[in-house]
Amino acid sequence: MAAPIEVSGSDTEAQPESVLAGVDRKKIQGRSLGQIAWLRLKRDKVALTGAVVVLVLILIAIVGPYFVQDPLAYHQNLIDPTYNRPKGGFWHSGISADHPLGVEPGTGRDMLARIVHGARISLLVSFLATLMSVVIGTIMGITAGYFGGWVDYVISRAMDAFLAFPLLLFAIALVGVVADGAFGLSGNGLRVSVLVVVIGFFNWPYIGRIIRGQTLSLREREFVDAARSMGARNSYVLFKEILPNLVAPILVYSTLLIPTNILFEAALSFLGVGVIPPKPSWGGMLTLAVPIYSSDPMYMIIPGMAIFITVLAFNLFGDGLRDALDPRSR
Amino acid sequence: MSVSTSKTPADETRPVQEGEPLLEVENLGKHFPVTAGLLRRQVAAVKAVDGVSFSVRKGETLGLVGESGCGKSTTGRMIMRLLDPSFGKIVFEGQDITKLSQGRLRPYRRDLQMIFQDPYSSLNPRKTVGAIVGAPFRLQNIEAKQGVKKAVQEILELVGLNPEHYNRYPHEFSGGQRQRIGIARTLALKPKLIVADEPVSALDVSVQAQVVNLLEDLQDELDLTYVVIAHDLSVVRHISDRVAVMYLGKIVEVAERSDLYERPMHPYTNALLSAVPIPDPAERGDRQRIRLQGDVPSPLDPPPACRFHTRCWKAQDICKQVEPPLVELSPGHQAACHFPENTTVSATDAVAKAAVTPGTAPSEDPEPAE
Repeated sequence: MAAPIEVSGSDTEAQPESVLAGVDRKKIQGRSLGQIAWLRLKRDKVALTGAVVVLVLILIAIVGPYFVQDPLAYHQNLIDPTYNRPKGGFWHSGISADHPLGVEPGTGRDMLARIVHGARISLLVSFLATLMSVVIGTIMGITAGYFGGWVDYVISRAMDAFLAFPLLLFAIALVGVVADGAFGLSGNGLRVSVLVVVIGFFNWPYIGRIIRGQTLSLREREFVDAARSMGARNSYVLFKEILPNLVAPILVYSTLLIPTNILFEAALSFLGVGVIPPKPSWGGMLTLAVPIYSSDPMYMIIPGMAIFITVLAFNLFGDGLRDALDPRSR
Repeated sequence: MSVSTSKTPADETRPVQEGEPLLEVENLGKHFPVTAGLLRRQVAAVKAVDGVSFSVRKGETLGLVGESGCGKSTTGRMIMRLLDPSFGKIVFEGQDITKLSQGRLRPYRRDLQMIFQDPYSSLNPRKTVGAIVGAPFRLQNIEAKQGVKKAVQEILELVGLNPEHYNRYPHEFSGGQRQRIGIARTLALKPKLIVADEPVSALDVSVQAQVVNLLEDLQDELDLTYVVIAHDLSVVRHISDRVAVMYLGKIVEVAERSDLYERPMHPYTNALLSAVPIPDPAERGDRQRIRLQGDVPSPLDPPPACRFHTRCWKAQDICKQVEPPLVELSPGHQAACHFPENTTVSATDAVAKAAVTPGTAPSEDPEPAE
């Protein structure tokens, strides 16, 4: 081999980004962009707090229901019949050692159990709906952006149409229209499915637009031409060259879409088209709390705080993730 | 992939010998339509490349120079079939590849590779060096004898990179190293022709020399043929055997390197060469800088006849009426000008001669009969 100039020596070692200056680096080794993002994320305390809260919430939603009391069991003995509110406790909420978050007015059902079971519904609906939006949005966006022309035109106009759709009204109407037992589902299974489909199916244009825009710019990068000049098919370019570069926006947008969907699910439950009572849901609890908030304010504050903390944690984590994955967007 | 790996259609023909044309381009053009209105009616066309003809002999380096927007990159992309030509013909190893479908073209892509301009955009940031350089093996379904990883590491070594960097990501490398990775990728399948689109213009001058030298070493070692697209005349002079000068979508002059740099015939080439900086201040005095007036006209509506007449100091009426064909004015030196410099014949005389001598097409033939 005719030795080409400049044999790579120690000067060719990669320069880690200055952001990593404080990171322990006894041995410099190759780091993927994902590893660098993780190092950045680890230094962002706020985002990390959000991430921890999110993980705890997910854990609660999965295993919590096995540890709490029966959310449907009545404890009428804890209710003050005169005012139809829990006896004693903080602000007449019935908070005690047995019921750390108090009991429900009227029925005396354990609030902790209802919040934990509500978390399961909330996260289930929002995760599935987000997954659906992201899958549809990514496929549509990447197709529109990569192929352009009339394909782009059709998909983009479809996005406009979906965005103009009165989603809330449609959801309320649809829940009323879909008969029990449709699609082989009934009761809460059907309700949850309808919620997921409605929320998921009508939210895809938001991520679709982002992915389309990113694809438009990625398509012009020379590595796409390089792949094509080596004989790559469209499917290879789309899934092996472009899609890996879209992981960051997809991930970030997903974590920011989940809290939106949690709020949306709560709103639908609040309006009475969520899961069917007596199955607990955060939005449903708020509905019940509205007429009696003056006599038992904790009954409104507790589910409200549950929604607030969940949404805030997801948002903080999502923001941190965006900063970590794409520092230029800050 | 269903493409057979053992035999490409090109193998069936006689292999191209040293010095014979490996690539021939005939009257190649690309017009980008300009559309307007709801129905996307075509109202105009950007004539990015408007009929260029040249040939590249096996083992040589053809430099393609011109200022930005003259269509040199478009020409390169058409040769690679990354852009479909509007008209004209591309013949590679005797096979017309102009109209081949992407599927039929795939086997030829092994022999035809491209080095890209921007080392920051030409490497996928999400892939390791090993995956990038190994991609051609996967895409062409080629089994390397000693395994893809070993093959990739050998290529990395060949271009002067540490084979241990196999698992690193592009962002961990400098611009020059990244361009080496790009070069390694094009070499993976041992191509015959490499189209290098501004291979060094995004690099530091000091690194430029390294990469240019690397390209030359590789040419000797691997028997490569290059089409080097560049705007830097010094780089082209260093690397090319022959040089083609483009202006506004046309080739105005083609000649051997030394011939072109010492005796440029076309006024545009003269102007270009006079703009090359001379490193020695003492020698600057005896050179006259030709300053062209105005800008390059829009390729939407290029000037009629000779495209350079709007800026040419020698232009006369004939330049506005009759397009000067690209003809051989001295052995191996073609120019398209009615009033060429450094020669006694003019293109018009040559045309007249060609007209009376049957069998020699003056304008379209890239290699006029002697």
